[in-house]
Amino acid sequence: MTNDERWAVAAGRAGAFNAKGAPLDVRRIRADFPILAQSVNGKRVVFLDSAASSQKPIQVLQAMDEVYRCAYANVHRGVYAFSEAATARYDEARAKVARFIGAPSAEQIVFTRNATEALNLLAYSYGRHFLRPGDEILITELEHHANFVPWQVLAQERGLTLKFIPITPEGQLDLQRLDERLTPRTKLVSFAHVSNVLGTITDPRPIIQRAHAIGAKVIVDGSQSAPHMPVNVGAMDCDFLVFSGHKMLGPTGIGVLYGKRELLEAMPPFLTGGDMISAVGFDGPRWNEVPLKFEAGTPAFVEAIGLGAAVDYLDALGMEAVRAHEREITAYALERISEVPGAKIVGPTDPEIRGGVVTFTLDRVHPHDLASLLDRDGVAIRAGHHCAQPLHIRLGLSATARASFYVYNELHEVDALIEAIYKAKAALKR
Amino acid sequence: MQDLYREHILDHYENPRHHGVIEHADISHEESNPLCGDRIRIDVKLGSAGDRVYIADAAFTGDGCIISQAATSMLLEDVVGKPVDEIDQIEPQRVLDLVGVPLTAARVKCALLGLKVLKTGIKLWTLRHP
Repeated sequence: MTNDERWAVAAGRAGAFNAKGAPLDVRRIRADFPILAQSVNGKRVVFLDSAASSQKPIQVLQAMDEVYRCAYANVHRGVYAFSEAATARYDEARAKVARFIGAPSAEQIVFTRNATEALNLLAYSYGRHFLRPGDEILITELEHHANFVPWQVLAQERGLTLKFIPITPEGQLDLQRLDERLTPRTKLVSFAHVSNVLGTITDPRPIIQRAHAIGAKVIVDGSQSAPHMPVNVGAMDCDFLVFSGHKMLGPTGIGVLYGKRELLEAMPPFLTGGDMISAVGFDGPRWNEVPLKFEAGTPAFVEAIGLGAAVDYLDALGMEAVRAHEREITAYALERISEVPGAKIVGPTDPEIRGGVVTFTLDRVHPHDLASLLDRDGVAIRAGHHCAQPLHIRLGLSATARASFYVYNELHEVDALIEAIYKAKAALKR
Repeated sequence: MQDLYREHILDHYENPRHHGVIEHADISHEESNPLCGDRIRIDVKLGSAGDRVYIADAAFTGDGCIISQAATSMLLEDVVGKPVDEIDQIEPQRVLDLVGVPLTAARVKCALLGLKVLKTGIKLWTLRHP
């Protein structure tokens, strides 16, 4: 077999099994995730922390392995076969990601390290170039620190005002208050499509329309939506979308910034160095075209190729089917957890407006203690403030427990979670 | 699964020693663990014997997991009566020994939060009272 044939096999392996749109065959999906067969403390692992980072299927591991074994050389540099093969696959990965989110062209996909870096890129490049003292940035009370701190820093540095869309007691964005928060000085609006704590799915269109009506640009943080449901930048009409590869079956170290072409072209570079220039003379540099202008230095192209394979995998499952699966498991988890005496769901209890994230508190049991005890049963959940301290302050909670789901989770894993919660309560005499 | 939450740890959590606030304390310091939101405040009343300053009384309040709160309760029980200039030499292992159960890396941070608060509080006091 030639290297190219081997590559084609690795790339084509994804999705050979799932008819597009059919319900997920979770048993077969699980066979693609070797890590899920591992034991923790003598129990088969029940992995319920995909909102932090997902596990990876063999198709992604193989796609990356294949590059290192068969076609590895630096991209955009060599004129020899390895470099050209690696560059072609890198470009192909960019095109796959563009198709995945409905971007009009691959050039509008900038590879970053993760969503955090994409948001920092926007704060540095767009924010420092286009925003003036007195301008306002509107975010929300439920944002992850990644969509919070870069704007706080920018606001302090540039004399901008940071405003917040409040949340309702049910944990949705209070859009009744949107119009009073949007002013002629609002230049940038940035919000999470899906909350990583409350799970709240926000319909981005009304916010984007109203922001555009007053001339503001809009960033959608798709970190918790792009991995879990159909996301289309054309339909949303957002100006920017950011997300991380590692939360959507891809490797760490690769993330995505989508932007409207005219904005990306108008923005100055973020990091500077090699690859992002078209020419450097002693009098100064000229910037490369979009997206390379934003990709200084050797990029994480093997990781990008891994992300391309992850996108293939999700495409083959069908994002509607992924969402339907998670809705089912989330509905079940919401129901089972709320039956536990002392348990309280944090955020919307309607699975229609809740992504695959179920956050809760347990009376007189600190989430950290709960997570430690659950770990003894091989059940992995997250405990803490989930990088959303301002939201926890708003909720009046210092920490919460969070179970989150993905394509490989099964309903009976919710049962295992519930059983482990009862055992933990017994161990703590609660 | 019980080993992490042995009786003596649960007891310190349920009935914390030296819990509360000291009015007119000589030292008051508070810190939180940014990862999990555990928060501990320690008040210290100092006394002196000859030329040595010692911890006459100490009390804590806080909010957090069993490990962080119980470990602080055990720590304060251990340090009351000790000279302040000895506090900085307390090894983290001393607290882990008091807790007495194996902790994973993330939970070690919980157990050591109280020691960090106490050491920092005393250091800040020492800077003001050279």
